[in-house]
Amino acid sequence: MEYILLIISTILVNNIVFAQTLGICPFLGVSSKISSSLGMGAAVVFVITLATLITYLINMGILIPLHLDGFLQTLVFILVIAALVQMVEIILKKISPSLYAALGIFLPLITTNCAVLGVALLVIQKEYSLLQSVVYGFGTAVGFGLALVIMAGIREQLELVSVPKGMKGSPITLVTAGILALAFMGFANLV
Amino acid sequence: MSAKINQWQNFSKGLLKESPTFSLILGMCPTLAVTSSAQNGLGMGLATTFVLTLSNALISALKSQIPDKVRIPCFIVVIAAFTTIVDLLIQGYVPALAASLGVFIPLIVVNCIVLGRAEAFASKNGVFSSIIDGLGMGLGFTFALTLLGIIREALGAGAFFGHKFIDGDGIIVFILAPGAFIVLGFLIALIHYFSAKKH
Repeated sequence: MEYILLIISTILVNNIVFAQTLGICPFLGVSSKISSSLGMGAAVVFVITLATLITYLINMGILIPLHLDGFLQTLVFILVIAALVQMVEIILKKISPSLYAALGIFLPLITTNCAVLGVALLVIQKEYSLLQSVVYGFGTAVGFGLALVIMAGIREQLELVSVPKGMKGSPITLVTAGILALAFMGFANLV
Repeated sequence: MSAKINQWQNFSKGLLKESPTFSLILGMCPTLAVTSSAQNGLGMGLATTFVLTLSNALISALKSQIPDKVRIPCFIVVIAAFTTIVDLLIQGYVPALAASLGVFIPLIVVNCIVLGRAEAFASKNGVFSSIIDGLGMGLGFTFALTLLGIIREALGAGAFFGHKFIDGDGIIVFILAPGAFIVLGFLIALIHYFSAKKH
């Protein structure tokens, strides 16, 4: 039950994009088509869950026993994430070419998605257990995917309407995201 | 003389013409997340400027040593090192700022502006121009964050740099996440509007 609540809270109540404003760059960049946003969402779920698991184990197993967690955490985590993304790319290419073709171009973009590093650092700040961390990572990533797909759906419609000249492009996207964030505030106190 | 003017252009391009926030739409996460007050915006901006300037300087000094194929991981290591320095400095000297910026200080590592300038400018130019470029871009980012912070704090809390000018609460939604998106959207729209009028 605890884990179900954690998933609901990370997807809806504390949505990573709308409540914590992390991962905005890919959110604005890859949300113009539903198909590409689905691909990006799936790649993010995959990488965040795996990255949270591995950075948690490295932090507990190597950095804390050696008392390096104060000043090496950021550096080690970002390198682990970059290496992980590269490795996932190579493995996927070998094992499942069709999945690779679907996720391919989105994988390299994920290294600079601050949601990945953000989640890895947040679960350590919140002092979660291993299982809680992985569930938190998974839920957050699904929340990110959800935000991406909703936004893509709206932006496909926005293409068809006439928008004031100055509002074209990023301003209207940001204002739309703001209104969506307002809607997501309705989920507050759900859990 | 011409070199001097060139450096001035190099410095000032980050402030408005190529402002990382308003025209390139880079580094959005800290822009939206920490600008709930002018003070936080200013602090985050200066921390990023510090990392940006020093990483630009070091990367341009090392550019002939870094093999082309592994340059991105090398850049990230340099940036992560300076981010850790700034993180520890803020924790040590301004703990209140560290508490309000939280996880966003280590996240300077993945701020696309820093890596973007390393790749686009510092890896191709001399040390001095890279420092100027880093300072200009950093201050442009600081300016944007502070401006956003001032507007959001004024609307959301009725205060200016922590000094309240109305009784009671403001429109609280402006210091929450939705306010960040909406204020930034309208600011960029205003800039588009005026720059379209100019031409």
